[in-house]
Amino acid sequence: MSSTTETAHAPSGHAHDAHHWHEDPEAHLAHHFDTPQQQFDSGKLGIWLFLVTEILFFSGLFCAYTIYRSYHPEVFVYASKFLDTNMGFINTLVLIFSSLTAAWAVRNAQLNQKKALVINIVLTVACACAFMCIKYVEYSHKAHWGLLPGDAYTFNAPGVESPVTQDHPDPTVGMSRPDNIHIFFGIYFFMTGLHGFHVLAGIIVWLWLLKRAMKGEFNAKYFGPIDYAALYWHIVDLIWIYLFPLLYLIH
Amino acid sequence: MSSTTATHAPPQAGVNYLNARRGLLSWVFTLDHKRIGIMYLVGVMGAFLLGGVFALKLRTELLTVGKTIMDADTYNQAFTLHGAVMVFLFIIPGIPAALGNFCLPLMLGAKDVAFPRLNLMSFHLWMFGAIFFVIVLLTGGLDTGWTFYTPYSTTTTTSVIWAVMGAFILGFSSIFTGLNFIVTIHKMRPPGMTFFKMPLFLWGLYATALIQILATPVLGITLLLLAIERAFKLGIFDATLGGDPVLFQHFFWFYSHPAVYIMILPAFAVISELIAVHSRKEIFGYKFIGLSSVAIAVIGFVVWGHHMFVSGQSQMASIVFSFLTFFVAIPSAIKVFNWLATLYKGSIRINTPMLYALGFIWLFTIGGVTGLFLSTMSTDVHLHDTYFVVAHFHYVMVAGTLWGFLGGLHHWWPKITGKMYHDGVGMFASITAFIGFNLTFFPQFIMGTRGMPRRYYDYLEEFQFLHVLSTVGAYVLAVGLFMVLFLLIHSLMKGKKAPDNPWGAASLEWQTATPPITENFHETPKAGNPYAVYDFEYDPQTGDYKRVAFSDATH
Repeated sequence: MSSTTETAHAPSGHAHDAHHWHEDPEAHLAHHFDTPQQQFDSGKLGIWLFLVTEILFFSGLFCAYTIYRSYHPEVFVYASKFLDTNMGFINTLVLIFSSLTAAWAVRNAQLNQKKALVINIVLTVACACAFMCIKYVEYSHKAHWGLLPGDAYTFNAPGVESPVTQDHPDPTVGMSRPDNIHIFFGIYFFMTGLHGFHVLAGIIVWLWLLKRAMKGEFNAKYFGPIDYAALYWHIVDLIWIYLFPLLYLIH
Repeated sequence: MSSTTATHAPPQAGVNYLNARRGLLSWVFTLDHKRIGIMYLVGVMGAFLLGGVFALKLRTELLTVGKTIMDADTYNQAFTLHGAVMVFLFIIPGIPAALGNFCLPLMLGAKDVAFPRLNLMSFHLWMFGAIFFVIVLLTGGLDTGWTFYTPYSTTTTTSVIWAVMGAFILGFSSIFTGLNFIVTIHKMRPPGMTFFKMPLFLWGLYATALIQILATPVLGITLLLLAIERAFKLGIFDATLGGDPVLFQHFFWFYSHPAVYIMILPAFAVISELIAVHSRKEIFGYKFIGLSSVAIAVIGFVVWGHHMFVSGQSQMASIVFSFLTFFVAIPSAIKVFNWLATLYKGSIRINTPMLYALGFIWLFTIGGVTGLFLSTMSTDVHLHDTYFVVAHFHYVMVAGTLWGFLGGLHHWWPKITGKMYHDGVGMFASITAFIGFNLTFFPQFIMGTRGMPRRYYDYLEEFQFLHVLSTVGAYVLAVGLFMVLFLLIHSLMKGKKAPDNPWGAASLEWQTATPPITENFHETPKAGNPYAVYDFEYDPQTGDYKRVAFSDATH
C-alpha cells in the first residue's frame, strides 16, 4: 500500500536544495517530525514496543510448554530424545553468529562503511538461510519417522512401516513409551515453526535493507532502519536461545 | 499528503483536510490521521449497525416463550455474532481508533501520529478482519459464543477458523494502533506539555494502548493455537488427545479481561473531557483521574480468573482472583467521585455531549457496583451465567463504551465535520436511548437473580413479563440510536457552519481551524493548561469562544 503514499516522504529532498551539503541530514525526515533525532527516537521506541509484543506472543507458547511439561513430564523426556541435538547446536551457533553480523552492520552504517555494511547484511541473510535449510532437514526427518503433532503422529503405529533401521536406531530403546507423545511434537512444531516464520520475515526485511544499503541510503546521520532490523533480529535469536535448551537439551 | 504544495504555499482560505484532496483513493490510501479516523468511524458504525440488528433479532425471539421468529440453532448464531461483531469490530476499536485517531495528534499539537503508514495499515487490517467476519456470515455462521470456548469450538461444524483468524487480524490492528499512540504521546508532545499537562483523554488512550500492547499478543497466540488445533488436531486444548480445555479459558481471559478495560478506559477518558469542558470548570483531581487509568490497566492484568469461578480452577486461585478483583473498584470509584466534584459548583451546560456524560456516570456506576456482586465468589456461584451477568456487562460496555463514544462523537463532531447539529434533537435522542437502555437491561438484573440463565433460547413463563419489558426497551433504544444517525446525517447536509471553538475548550484540538487543515496547525502551538476554560470568552456574534488569557498548567 505504500507505493501510492510515497509522496508524503519522498519529496522533502528538493525542498532543501537551497542549503545543499555533502549529505542532507534531513533527506529522510518524514513530514510530521521536527528533527531527525525525534524521528530516530520514535522509531527506536516503536521497535522496542514491537519486541515486547513479540515476547508476549511467544509467551503463550512458553506457558503451554511449561504446563504440559508439568502434566506429562514422561512425554517430554521420551520424545525429546528424537530431536537432533547436533543440528540444533549448529543452528544455535549460526544464529548467534548472524546476530553478530547484524550488530556489526549497525556499526558499519554508523561509520559510513558502505561496503562492510553490504557484506554484513549478506552474511546475516546467508546465516538465516542456512538456519532454515537445517530446520528443513530436521523437519523432513521427523516427518519421515511420523513424529508429528496430533493425528498425524504415526511413529511405530500399527500398519505403518517402522522407520527404525540399522543406520537410524530408535533413540528410546529400553524406555517405556508414554501416551500422548504427539503433544510434545505439537509444541515442538508450533514453537519452532512460529520461530522459523519470524526468521523468514527477517530474511525479507534484510533483503529490502540490502537493496537500500547498496544504493547508499544509510550513513552516520541515517541508520535507523538497520538499527531496528538488528534489534528484531536479536529477539529472533534470543527466542531460539530459549527454545534450544527447552526442547533439545533438558531430559 | 501533498505536503510539498500545502506546506510551502501560503494557507488558502476554505482549504481543509476534507477538501484538500478528492477521490476515493485519496481516502483509502491517505496517511492523514484525521481521514483514517473518519474511515474508522464509518467502519465501526457499520459494524455497530450489524451487531445491533442481531441484538434486535435476539430480543424479538425472546419476546415469547418457545419459538417466536427463529429456531434454536439460528438463535445460537445470532447471539454469537452479536457478541463477536460488537466486541471485536465496534467496542474495541470504537473510541481509540476512530475518535482517538482524530484527536490524539491534534491534542498534541502534532502534524500526525508517529507512524502514519502503520496507522493506515491498522485500518487496512481492520477492514481485512471485518471481511473475515463477513465470510463467517456467508459460510455457515458461528455458534460458539464470542468467547470461542473449547471443546465446543474445536468440534462445532460452523466457521470457527474464519472467525478466529478474523479476530487474530483485528488483534494486530489493535496492537499497531496502541504502539503508534504510545510512541506519539512519548515523542511528539509540544513544547510545554509534560505528561501531567496532557488532556486526560490522552491519559486514557495511553493506558488503553498499554493494555493493547501487553495483552493482545496473548490473544493472538491463543487464537492461532485454536485455529491450528481445529485444522490439525494439535491436541493442546482437546482432552481426548491429552490436552486441557480450561487452559484455553486461562489464555483467553488473560487477554479478554484486560480487553474489557481496552473498551472502557477510552470511554472514561472521553467523559473526563466532556465533564470538564461542559461544567466550565477546571477538572477536579487531574492526577488522580490520569493515574487511576493506569492503575486500572495494571490491576486488569491480574483478575482474569474471576471469569472462571465455576470452571474448575483451584479454590485458592478463585479466592485470590476474587480479592484482587475488588481492587478494580477503587480507581473506578476515584474517577466517578472526581467527575462529581468537577460538576460541583460548575456552571453546567446541559447539551447533547453533556447528557451523554451524565448518563454515563449514572449507568456506569450501576454497571460497576453490580460488578462487585459478581466478584464476590459466594454470590457469583449463584449469579454466574445468568442474565445478571448479561445486564452487568451491558451496563458497562454499552452504557459505558457506547455512551462515551456517542458523547465524544457529539463533542468533537463540529471539529471533525465543520458542522453543528440540532442540539434539541440530540438531547431528545440521548434521553430516548437512556430510557430504552434502562428498560432493556434493568429487568435483566431481576431475571438473573431469579435464575434466568444467559444464552438460553427458551424460558419459563414466569420470566415472560420481564422479557417483554426488555424487548420493548431494546426497540426504544434502537429508535433513540436511529435518531442519532439521522441527526448526524442531517447535520452533514444542512448543519450550520461550526465555529473553531464552539464549547470554549482549552485543549489544543480546539485551537486550530474547523475543520482542521491537513497539517493540523500552521505552526506548532504552545501548550498551556488544557482545562483553563476560564481563558475563553463567548462571542455571541460568531457563536465562537475567543481566547482572552493564557494560563499555564496549575495542577
